[in-house]
Amino acid sequence: MIKRFTLSAIAALTLSTGGALAAETGGHAIHDVDFSFEGPFGKFDQNQLQRGLQIFTEVCSACHGLRYVPIRTLADEGGPHLPADQVRAYAAQNFEVFDKELDDTRPATPGDHFPGSSLENAPDLSLMAKARAAFHGPYGTGVNQFVRGIGGPEYIVAILTGYTGEEKEQAGTTFYENTAFPGGWIAMAPPLFGEDVDFADGHSNELHHEAEDIASFLMWAAEPKMMARKHAGFTGVMLLIILASLLYLTNKRLWSPHKGKKTA
Amino acid sequence: MSGIPHDHYEPKTGFEKWLDSRLPVVGLLYNTLMIPTPKNLNWMWIWGIVLAFCLVLQIATGIVLVMHYTPHVDMAFASVEHIMRDVNGGHMLRYMHANGASLFFFAVYLHIFRGLYYGSYKAPREVTWIIGMLIYLLMMATGFMGYVLPWGQMSFWGATVITGLFGAIPLIGEPIQTWLLGGPAVDNATLNRFFSLHYLLPFVIAGLVIVHIWAFHTTGNNNPTGVEVRRGSKAEVEKDTLPFWPYFVIKDVFALAVVLVVFFGIVSFMPNYLGHPDNYIEANPLSTPAHIVPEWYYLPFYAILRAFTADVWVVMLAHTITGGIVTAKFFGVLAMFGAIGVMVLVPWLDTSAMRSGKYRPMFKWWFALLCIDFVVLMWCGAMPAEPPYSTISLIGATYWFAYFLVILPLLGVIEKPKSPPASIEEDFDAHYGTGHSAE
Repeated sequence: MIKRFTLSAIAALTLSTGGALAAETGGHAIHDVDFSFEGPFGKFDQNQLQRGLQIFTEVCSACHGLRYVPIRTLADEGGPHLPADQVRAYAAQNFEVFDKELDDTRPATPGDHFPGSSLENAPDLSLMAKARAAFHGPYGTGVNQFVRGIGGPEYIVAILTGYTGEEKEQAGTTFYENTAFPGGWIAMAPPLFGEDVDFADGHSNELHHEAEDIASFLMWAAEPKMMARKHAGFTGVMLLIILASLLYLTNKRLWSPHKGKKTA
Repeated sequence: MSGIPHDHYEPKTGFEKWLDSRLPVVGLLYNTLMIPTPKNLNWMWIWGIVLAFCLVLQIATGIVLVMHYTPHVDMAFASVEHIMRDVNGGHMLRYMHANGASLFFFAVYLHIFRGLYYGSYKAPREVTWIIGMLIYLLMMATGFMGYVLPWGQMSFWGATVITGLFGAIPLIGEPIQTWLLGGPAVDNATLNRFFSLHYLLPFVIAGLVIVHIWAFHTTGNNNPTGVEVRRGSKAEVEKDTLPFWPYFVIKDVFALAVVLVVFFGIVSFMPNYLGHPDNYIEANPLSTPAHIVPEWYYLPFYAILRAFTADVWVVMLAHTITGGIVTAKFFGVLAMFGAIGVMVLVPWLDTSAMRSGKYRPMFKWWFALLCIDFVVLMWCGAMPAEPPYSTISLIGATYWFAYFLVILPLLGVIEKPKSPPASIEEDFDAHYGTGHSAE
């Protein structure tokens, strides 16, 4: 009896602390990755974003789209921050868009958005890092989000590194076993194996490095104004603390004659 | 405006006299700002200002967001992303608006529970209380419709579930649901009418807020002791009160600044904390999310809605005696609205002559339990509808109704309250000592 009670107490405790994690992933573990952009002072690593862009262009973009992301934002500060002419060349070389006025396709310009997914069942990746959130929620692991982020990039890393190599066929579709995917079987074939791309800066292209780079890039794609937001937050919170302190003193001084305490 | 004697505005210059005899607007502002306010108000009396700030914040950010938003099923989701990426400061505006709703509800719950503890709903302040409850209901409607506008998965499915509740009403339910949606299912017509109402209702709320303030300026504020301001003469009033400006304005604005430090921290450093990740997936009528969870501020009532399943004896009884008209779903809907209904009626359900809970030894414990009950229900509302959560929800829902319908009426009869201080002045001086300039 006591043993059963203890067990259910432990179960309840695990549920309440790891609830969000388990709920989002169907019980599979998603490990925290120490990304540079987490925490109130975290910043995107510009080099990492550029490597992630390269992986997206050479691997992911074969099937997946990024339809909400304007190509010109690759030049934005707080993002990959590529030079403007490089962005122009990148757009023209990599993507064709349909132009309503020409009634024909033409090479993309920085003013265009990235194309949408070319494969019908491949989800668009623009917001993936925010739409999957392992540490998320008012009922999950609480203020974890403040220091570790929402867990979306971690989920992406876990998916990309979570293939076991097992395959099965069901109703004409091949499914691949993946320890991070809810249900355990995913329709996406393993996209990365390690050494899939060669980085110009000579950075390691082992699988987990690649996975972190692309996750980081997708976090930027989902939240391109993150650094501006945190910067505004720091200034705003500091100013509000100063304002609150001044108001505290004003309030104290104002009320002191009525409170039987000495005036400051 | 106020029934408490105090100084009135005297126009001095020629222009002031000229204006005052035509439109006494300066006098109205003067009398509103200089209202004698009980000087013993504690820090739970600051939420009114926070709420006023929230309303202004939501309207101001909302009006700018509307300039860039497109209420159409094919474009709404993309237009929100446009706001997040292309509009100058758009990401901050949207995050402030989304989290502003949470601050609004956080403050309103503290404001309501303040009223419930200190008996602010009791005579002569019943009208203030009822207007407040109307504002709260409108806030719920506005918040719900606002959450539909980004047209994410939770927007769509939340709208489907909540409007489906009306479908549970016998006979007229389905026509009402169709009328609300503007069609057989949640679609473009739904999005458009929700957008229209989401823009309209805040101004109705603003109007009711003015009536709310008018009402309690007529009766005067309640205070932690529940003892009324002595109003025999102006000198007596001055012993119990201080003018709203500057004493309470500065105090409230200080409290607001502290609240905003936390608010701005959340907006800037974890803006998606209170949202649901699924709402970053565009609405898809063909794919139902695994768990449809409303926003946190609806969770206690959502838990009450789901608590009354078909195997609960009251539901079975209601089902039998109405000849099957009251189904479990309809019972749940009635319970959810009833849970707010009993709050509206609390001025007449509470039979105790003692206003403030501070001097009610038994009430205190039942009230504390009600606060815990509210939090537990909120937690249950976020959990899947299965044991043990369904059982806990049922116990929680039962207590909610028992508190208002059984405990409050009975306590007034059996409880022996302690005696409160004779005056507000006495209470204030017991805390702070006599002020030297107050003599």
